[in-house]
Amino acid sequence: MANYSTSEFKSGLKVMLDGDPCSIIENEFVKPGKGQAFNRVKLRNLKSGKVWERTFKSGDSLEGADVMDVEMQYLYSDGQFWHFMDPQSFEQKAADAAAVGDAKQWLKEEDLCEITLYNGEPLSVSAPNFVELEIVETDPGLKGDTAGTGGKPATLTTGAVVRVPLFVQVGEVVKVDTRTGEYVGRIKG
Amino acid sequence: MPSRIWQPAASPEAMKARAALLQAVRAFFDAHGVLEVETPALAAHGVTDPHIHCIEVPGYGWLQSSPEYHMKRLLAAGSGPIYQLSRVFRHGEAGPRHNPEFTMLEWYRPGFSLEQLIDECLALLGQWLRRPNVIRPFRRLFAEVTGLDPLTCPPAALVAAAVEAGAPQGLDHRQSVDFLMATQVETALDPATLTVVTDFPGWAAALAQVREDEDGAPVARRFEIYHGGLELANGYQELTDAGEQSRRFAADNQQRAGHGDRAMAPDPHLLAALQAGLPSCSGVAMGVERLLMAIHGYRDIRQVLTFPTQRA
Repeated sequence: MANYSTSEFKSGLKVMLDGDPCSIIENEFVKPGKGQAFNRVKLRNLKSGKVWERTFKSGDSLEGADVMDVEMQYLYSDGQFWHFMDPQSFEQKAADAAAVGDAKQWLKEEDLCEITLYNGEPLSVSAPNFVELEIVETDPGLKGDTAGTGGKPATLTTGAVVRVPLFVQVGEVVKVDTRTGEYVGRIKG
Repeated sequence: MPSRIWQPAASPEAMKARAALLQAVRAFFDAHGVLEVETPALAAHGVTDPHIHCIEVPGYGWLQSSPEYHMKRLLAAGSGPIYQLSRVFRHGEAGPRHNPEFTMLEWYRPGFSLEQLIDECLALLGQWLRRPNVIRPFRRLFAEVTGLDPLTCPPAALVAAAVEAGAPQGLDHRQSVDFLMATQVETALDPATLTVVTDFPGWAAALAQVREDEDGAPVARRFEIYHGGLELANGYQELTDAGEQSRRFAADNQQRAGHGDRAMAPDPHLLAALQAGLPSCSGVAMGVERLLMAIHGYRDIRQVLTFPTQRA
């Protein structure tokens, strides 16, 4: 991979730091009167998700990270790996639990997900922003109830639990915002 | 959504503020009998300064990072007091307070001591920034904030203090002082005051004369003016000795080699001008964008540039 100097650091650039692939969030140039210039850089470690703050001498460089985002279709899980397929090339990739992370509770077969590949292997998986999933378990609610009472927990086919209004019943399909884990609405079947 | 990057970054107010500032600057120097001059932005030589990287223009030379060399040639030719509003260029300097191309107000006063020039700077700034001012030697200011005397404390202690404050590994003690100055000392300056920092360490003299302070430590006859922690101006009691200038060029290039930067050819015209005789003088450079930021409270230099580098 190419090396990038501090003057090329910009938001979204993927670089290697301490052996881990990182994405640059912010790069601030600081320089005292006539002296050595520095770059104060915020980076997200793409493995751990943690944000690092590091200062570099201006002109120092970091090796680029072989990281790219691709859209892949979720196929199935064998319990240990989650399998995805490139819809154009039909090439398959297997992501482990660490890479799938919190996304696993939203994955429905055939849904398209954004996958971050590092050296060609899945590093992280982002669920679609909205998913439509069927309710497999919830307490029967009162008829005629409208939203506003705080609702009740409902378990979805993927195992995720979301709060839904009391009138929503088992067997119905609901739309959920995966970024917040919140119920958005019912899908009329 | 269509890109809005074609639009200016500066507001109409910021553009008017710049026009008014430039007019006031010209009126000030006209009233003080200082001649406005123009010198090349593109010339055969750049600077050797180890911390300034000039932008090369193949076939022509270098975009100037300051009009200093040419203005000194005018002074040596007997111009008398002169000022310039020029565009200057510095590779790799971009951030909330830096743009690779900016406007510099630079002026030279033959016969002025450094103290007289500081007074003139404060008189100019006082038109817009009615603030109390304090004059602080670098050593004391630095020691007050960090607890370390930058000139006498063991280099290892300065390096350790910088690393403790988040500096990258591998800095030498000068770079550690720079790091602590930029990240600890400047940010601790009183935001409601103009702070004039004087007597920089001898190694940071650049093109200033060096003298010994009360304790016999070499300090530069150089000052900087800060508005809060924002650096506005940098001035020197100018070096007039051609031999010493030549030695500094060589020392700069040695330092550049140590950093892995290419050597810059010493400007023979400047050396010839110093040999012919530069009158004793003080000179100062002030960043016009920084001044606009200080006067009008802008927090980002992009707010005072029509088309900052990201849109240029």
